[in-house]
Amino acid sequence: MLRLIASRLVAAIPVMGMVAILVFLMLRLGPSDPALILAGDTATPEAVAAIRAGLGLDKPLWYQFLVWIGQLLSGDFGLSVFSRQPVIDMVLQRIEPTVSLAFTTLALSIVIAIPAGVLAAWRHDSWLDRLIMTFSVLGFSIPVFVLGYIFIYLFAMQMDWLPVQGFTPIGANLPNFLRQIAMPTLALSFIYIALFARITRSAMLEVLREDYIRTAQAKGLPESVILVKHALRNAAVPIVSVIGIGFALMIGGVVITETVFNIPGIGRLVVDAVLARDYPVIQGVILLLSGVYVLINLLTDIAYILLDPRIRY
Amino acid sequence: MRFRYLNMFMGLAIGASAVLAGPLAAEAQEKKTLRAAMHAGLRILDPFIGTTYIVRDHGYMIYDTLFSVDEKLNVKPQMVDSYEVSTDQLTYTFKLRDGLKFHDGAPVTTDDVIASLERWSKVDGMGGKLFGFIKELKAVNATTFQMILKEPYGLVLTSLGKPSAIVPFILPKRIALTPPTQQLTEYVGSGPFRFVTEEYRPGVKAVYEKNLDYRPRREPANGMSGGKVVKLDRVEWLIIGDAQTTANALIKGEVDMWERPSYDLLPQVKKDKNIVITNRNPLGEGSLMRLNWLQPPLDNVKVRQAILHAVYQEDYLAAQVGDPEYYRLCGSMYGCGTPLESDVGAVQLKKPDIAKAKKLLAESGYKGETITIMQPMDVGIITPLAPVTVQALRAIGMKVDLQAMDWSTMMLRRANKGPADQGGWHIFHTAQAVPDQMNPVANNYLRGDGAFFGWPNDPEIEKLRDAFSREVDPVKQKELAVAVQKRAYETVPYIPLGLYIQPPAHHKNITGFVIGPATVFWNVEKN
Repeated sequence: MLRLIASRLVAAIPVMGMVAILVFLMLRLGPSDPALILAGDTATPEAVAAIRAGLGLDKPLWYQFLVWIGQLLSGDFGLSVFSRQPVIDMVLQRIEPTVSLAFTTLALSIVIAIPAGVLAAWRHDSWLDRLIMTFSVLGFSIPVFVLGYIFIYLFAMQMDWLPVQGFTPIGANLPNFLRQIAMPTLALSFIYIALFARITRSAMLEVLREDYIRTAQAKGLPESVILVKHALRNAAVPIVSVIGIGFALMIGGVVITETVFNIPGIGRLVVDAVLARDYPVIQGVILLLSGVYVLINLLTDIAYILLDPRIRY
Repeated sequence: MRFRYLNMFMGLAIGASAVLAGPLAAEAQEKKTLRAAMHAGLRILDPFIGTTYIVRDHGYMIYDTLFSVDEKLNVKPQMVDSYEVSTDQLTYTFKLRDGLKFHDGAPVTTDDVIASLERWSKVDGMGGKLFGFIKELKAVNATTFQMILKEPYGLVLTSLGKPSAIVPFILPKRIALTPPTQQLTEYVGSGPFRFVTEEYRPGVKAVYEKNLDYRPRREPANGMSGGKVVKLDRVEWLIIGDAQTTANALIKGEVDMWERPSYDLLPQVKKDKNIVITNRNPLGEGSLMRLNWLQPPLDNVKVRQAILHAVYQEDYLAAQVGDPEYYRLCGSMYGCGTPLESDVGAVQLKKPDIAKAKKLLAESGYKGETITIMQPMDVGIITPLAPVTVQALRAIGMKVDLQAMDWSTMMLRRANKGPADQGGWHIFHTAQAVPDQMNPVANNYLRGDGAFFGWPNDPEIEKLRDAFSREVDPVKQKELAVAVQKRAYETVPYIPLGLYIQPPAHHKNITGFVIGPATVFWNVEKN
């Protein structure tokens, strides 16, 4: 296990190196110039040139790259072109809302989707199966912003149960955190519930056809034991894979949910940075996210081993 | 057993609902905090970098100015207590008010003023022009300074009282010495509010607290001038990305005001009995169409004139705003309701003369070249303009290529002087606050020196602009301004497309907004 962790962490270094080079080149070789945007609509070309020089954007590409890599190696992700705030501080300010939303969404999705998928597989082709799959199709089909507006209309505007928008850190005020995270979690969970339920159902259906399940049934084991202990555990690998991918997507930024519910997360940070061509922020966030993806993949692989001892790397 | 689970579930449900039904901590905060959903995220804190209005408004919160304009755009002393102008119009002597202090407790001195004005002059067009006339700017003592000119200049006070971007704010000298190409890293002013750096979240939230040491003028607040009396303890600027969410948050009282409600949601918020709309900027903002003089066929004045005769302001305003309550036809290149207002040459106020436009186009020798129009899709107030132009140009037989892009891409592409197929352009649309266009020097789009995007090269208009700036008699100034506008409508560097206002929507308990181009929070009360 330790060898796996060590080898994956070592393998992450060239991956992140490649990401760094690609992101840097894609931003610099495209038609973009943060100085022009920073200078504003009515700025004169001379003012734009002066700002460009002040930011070091008039230097050769190789020089800018070496400066950035040098900063990275000393743990410095640079400063935002616009706010002059350290990129790492900006990411840390924005990571909590995103991670909080990802965890609550993941928790709610797993709690609902896995039992639903198991039930659908258990009662294959029954009304229950069809009902669960119908909800699953709906979950895939309704865009998250539509759900968001519906929930805001129902739970905030009509029933007055929850606030419309905003985010309070969990450490600052737990009740506020729960009230504000409830609707975005519910809205974002729909698609993940649909996804996890479908994967669980198909994985379970495959396992339920295996001989050892028939043997367990012949032995007279209770159905709950067969479903959970024998079937679900053996069907878990593809489910865990999809959960891992889903979690990575959530961390990568759920910009629509963050926008509809005014959650100041990573998604909005990235979109704002891209629209403003804020090079250091885009580079920093993408690099950090690539690290997070490597970590999530590693955790997924560890989960495989724990769930299925036959798996070796 | 089942009952035990049921009880447990009920207990959890009751507990959860108790938590969920509890009041937000924000709601429990003191009453004198005003939460405003602003029109844009504050990402730049240096008021001398960039010309975005959110940065200008941030400047007004924490900095003060030597002069300011009142509701009628008259320039009034602000930090200045008194001033004198020599009879030869060459020496201006200014005395600062007593008791002016920066947020760090240091007194405001003339050294601070001179350093700030010098920094401003390097980034602002009007500032640069003013400094071109200055022979010497010297401190007489800590509270008095003199501006000695090389020759009389008619825009000294207009420049110092410039109300919109870039405003000549006064900073401590040690901060003002930061080169204008570098952003400030310390945000200390002498204005009515203090910036709370530790609560600043770029693009998300900015917090201001009352500056307890601020000594307002005795006169009542009037426009951007007069007594800046702060009646709030704290102002929070929030940026809510989605318009519908902002409307809902306003209705539910999660924010106290929405600075620029979108026109399509105004009817919804107006229905709420607790919400009122206040027109605090009757001058509004003006949309315009910029033409690229470098690229054929727009390098031909007859083609530009043909376009001018093909467009109709009302079409643009109807598409952009819809409700006539919030727009105004205005052919003046200096805005309407301003001292230099004139409709000389403004043919686009009337229904388009298609026959004349076609005749001009034929005379120009137009050969069916494609006109590339850039359309920014992420600035709601600008987006509807380009399709109206497309329709107008097609109506007179021009070939048009409408290219959708984001605002930043348009800003980048705007700088490209090359042909459209090499990343250049023919036409773009934008908007600016009326104070940014209220005289021929402030209005960059009237420049004829070939140096501003679109690159009109018109020595005649430059001569007139220069004569305007040197003129000290307001009557002759107006004549020259009208001459500039007449010339501009002949050569067509741009076409004004009318004025719109975006009034804030706020709760009834919020009162006292001053009339002016910037959204400011002195004089505002929350009852």
